[in-house]
Amino acid sequence: MAEQRQYEVLFIVDPGADDDEVAKITDNFKQIITDQGGTITKAETLGRRQLAYEILRKKEGVFVDIELEGTGKEIAELERRMRVNDRVLRYLTVRMDEDRRRAEKFKDKRARKAAKRPFGNNQSGRRASEFPASEEAAEA
Amino acid sequence: MSANYEDRNRNYDDRQRSYDGDDDGDRGRGPGRGGRRMHRRRICRFCIEKVDIIDFKDLRMLSNYVPERGKILPRRISGNCAIHQRMLAEAIKRARNIALLPYTTD
Repeated sequence: MAEQRQYEVLFIVDPGADDDEVAKITDNFKQIITDQGGTITKAETLGRRQLAYEILRKKEGVFVDIELEGTGKEIAELERRMRVNDRVLRYLTVRMDEDRRRAEKFKDKRARKAAKRPFGNNQSGRRASEFPASEEAAEA
Repeated sequence: MSANYEDRNRNYDDRQRSYDGDDDGDRGRGPGRGGRRMHRRRICRFCIEKVDIIDFKDLRMLSNYVPERGKILPRRISGNCAIHQRMLAEAIKRARNIALLPYTTD
């Protein structure tokens, strides 16, 4: 199986849509994702909020956030559907796994640095390297 | 930039001094303009808080780095480190795309 990637898709639904319609659209998209073999890790309606600028003469919109895991095939299909659906004012897809991996690396680096310091930042003043577990806990 | 340059030159004229021809800025010219900024501490707030991912949805945090005009606050003002400034700029641009932040304000 191809490499699994993590994506975040944020889209704006027309403010004229009521809660039911937003839910329907979201469910529809979720269905598309799972049909294409992706898995949804998070789906959240962020609610109605003001747009920073007008899109199609609309001043507000309903923001919906979906996080998913997949190969990228479902993203292609999802974006195609969103382009066609005129209830969706705008969408943004962001790939998360690379950023998260990078974040892990930063974290590791910090942990190593803290371990190297003879007297780490832990208040007890004991050698950090003797207590790798506690150091990690403080880091998290 | 060029306006600033001319301004500086005019300043010299006002003080009955001529431009000395070098562009080293203000180094070695005593307690002039250069000295003022030099002791400013550079602190990256993201480094202190150990932020590894800057979320483009976090408007309350992003708005600290977007002045009224809607531009991205430069590093020389905010004091951010290069890595975090890059992450921040990316996040602000994403937020603009999805209409969480304005591209322009007029």
